[in-house]
Amino acid sequence: MATDKIHVKTTINGRPEEFLTDPYVSLLDALREIVGLTGSKEGCLDGNCGACTVNVNGRIVDSCLVLAAEVDGQKVETVEGMASADGLHPLQQAFLEEAALQCGICTPGFLVASKGLLDNEPNPSEGRIRHWLAGNLCRCTGYENIIKAVKKAAENS
Amino acid sequence: MQPFAYSAPTTLEEAVEILDKHGEKARPLAGGTDLLVQIRGGRFDLDTVVDIKKIPELNEISNGNDELVLGAAVPCHKLYDDPSISKSYPGLIDAATLIGSIQIQSRSGFGGNLCNSTPSADGIAPLIVHSAVANIQGKSGSRSVPVEDFCTGPGSNVLGKGEMLVSITMPNKGDKFGAAYERFIPRNEMDIAVAAVGASIMLDSNGKIAEAKIALASVGPTPIFATKASESLKGKEPNEAAFKEAASIAKSECSPIEDMRGTADQRKHLVEVLTERMLIKSLERIGG
Repeated sequence: MATDKIHVKTTINGRPEEFLTDPYVSLLDALREIVGLTGSKEGCLDGNCGACTVNVNGRIVDSCLVLAAEVDGQKVETVEGMASADGLHPLQQAFLEEAALQCGICTPGFLVASKGLLDNEPNPSEGRIRHWLAGNLCRCTGYENIIKAVKKAAENS
Repeated sequence: MQPFAYSAPTTLEEAVEILDKHGEKARPLAGGTDLLVQIRGGRFDLDTVVDIKKIPELNEISNGNDELVLGAAVPCHKLYDDPSISKSYPGLIDAATLIGSIQIQSRSGFGGNLCNSTPSADGIAPLIVHSAVANIQGKSGSRSVPVEDFCTGPGSNVLGKGEMLVSITMPNKGDKFGAAYERFIPRNEMDIAVAAVGASIMLDSNGKIAEAKIALASVGPTPIFATKASESLKGKEPNEAAFKEAASIAKSECSPIEDMRGTADQRKHLVEVLTERMLIKSLERIGG
């Protein structure tokens, strides 16, 4: 059926952003194809893998399961917002140092999800980290280095 | 995704109007964690999705002395982020913390879980043991349905054309009440129940069981309120013998299928084991 485009006004990584989108476009596709932020990745498209994880209003979500139209008036944070002019975010630095990635497709999701944890719980236990990241899949590393990196970032920040 | 229009009404009347007009061609959107997957999978041919999160009643979460009112669009995390809810509604919290991932819990809630009406829904058995009632709005008025009567088959329920779930209400049963929910899955997180059981117990002033409820998931075409097992506990001392007997009855009240997740026998066995465990846990939580 014919559908009109929707005007979405939002804040992405602290900057006001507006765009036009078809109503049936996911937040993930809008970020990647309309706004040009390709850091968030498409993995499973059904909420299992977490590669598309972004933060909306302080909560991590799978952006493939959000419609772009829904973030009108909301605050969105993506992996592109993590590093600052001063350098990498402590989580990004720790992922590098601990070799917490191989192919890298899952990494933006892991970083945004981990930030969502450390923003609210600066010193999580290993069990808590593993539980929190159960919605992010990595097919390369076997998770050990990812968990180490998150612990290290928690200690360093 | 296939093309559809998006509307975000701000009143119940508007939402019901749109749903009634489009019938099967419209679906309400709460957390979207099932709906968007279903749309991508081609399950629906939709004219429009109706985002119900801008309707105040759908976001209500009001924990009063007598009852909890849970708007149909309230996501799981809002329950476990509120300690006052965990105290009186522990069965709900068990489910809220194990539905999907943290990402999913940011969006998905009990309303959507109930309306999707899958036999394996983690949210429905806990609602049943908390004596929850579904409040429904249609064009011609509102009605309420006990949650155990809501689902009518895998993926189907009592909602008629133009009707939508507004909220779920459940009574606060006080300090002599405990509840619990647990599922069996072959891994630690992020899976669909092979079998699952919710239970609740309310004691009288003599320490005997005034009321008990047992509900089963993933072992029949709908979540099952195990009425015989529940009734068997009434008036009894809350002890091992009574719990074992109820667990054995619950096993006979389910009708599991055999599929890739488990055999019918394994599921029946799990119902018995989990029922006893959930009764013990419910008892332990009383006064806690």
